[in-house]
Amino acid sequence: MSVASVRRDSLGLSLIVGSYGIAFGASATADHFSPWQACFLSLIAFSGASQFATIGVVAAGGSPINAIIAAGLLGFRNTLYGLRVAPIMKANKWKKLLVAHLTIDESTGIALAQENEKESRLGFWITGFGVFVFWNIATLFGALGAKALGNPAAWGLDAAVPSAFLGLLWFRIKDSRSRFVAVSAFIVALLLTPITGSGIPIISTSVLAVIFGWRENNKAVGNTLESADNE
Amino acid sequence: MNSKWFAVIGTGLLVYLLKLIGASIPEEIVSHPRFVRIANLIPAALLSALVATQSLAIKTHLTIDHRIGGVIVAFFALLAKAPLPVAIILGALTSALIYRFA
Repeated sequence: MSVASVRRDSLGLSLIVGSYGIAFGASATADHFSPWQACFLSLIAFSGASQFATIGVVAAGGSPINAIIAAGLLGFRNTLYGLRVAPIMKANKWKKLLVAHLTIDESTGIALAQENEKESRLGFWITGFGVFVFWNIATLFGALGAKALGNPAAWGLDAAVPSAFLGLLWFRIKDSRSRFVAVSAFIVALLLTPITGSGIPIISTSVLAVIFGWRENNKAVGNTLESADNE
Repeated sequence: MNSKWFAVIGTGLLVYLLKLIGASIPEEIVSHPRFVRIANLIPAALLSALVATQSLAIKTHLTIDHRIGGVIVAFFALLAKAPLPVAIILGALTSALIYRFA
């Protein structure tokens, strides 16, 4: 790919992904977070799934600690991205602080998709900064807009939140193992809801990731999935 | 400081710290295949659990209301390869209509 096409792809992706910030800002307001709190999350945490998890767990009645754990579990994938991106970025001590902040799904995806390191770095910076700027502007508009609308249920905002989670989930269940984990987690979370305190059902499902991710080829899962795939 | 700010600030610090750790440690430490496999499955589990609880639970009791109608529509929109914003808007619209007329 040429430098021009890296630029174009990075900016396009930034604009699309950044605009989802509207959904985050609106969801935060629907879950009774203030616009300040929504913006703080977008500025400092800057990781969509983790931000949604925090407001989701608190809205479900979970404790702040539960919310932070859920956000951390979701944010952990950024640690793995950093491992792959950092060597390419060749950042010194101070620049590393910035590289870390901009390490998200999209900037990592673009960086790792390039053929040489120079274009990887360019793609990472444009996508990282681009998403950051658009995501934060969109968060503010979403939060203020939803606040102006009033009752979240009347505008369907309380369904927009789980729909947004579903959309985030959608891109992470391309293989049968992750689909199996997702379906089990859905059921387990519902079964635990009346029994455990709020928030606990959500973070408990990470145990399923450990169980089903333990073996490279999980026979039990494999067989169940084969029949499911044939449907 | 109220509990929402506690959650918000805690999330911000932890999520940034996780990014910084990734950018700062050598790759070999956490590149064991099992570890990576599990880490990649965690979002699928947590996000799915969030869909479930946000659409079918109020605090600690399960309920079927307008929200699940919206989420089901969003599900089919995504299945039909609709872009994410379209799916979210269709879900919200459906839910708002059920809320209004049911």
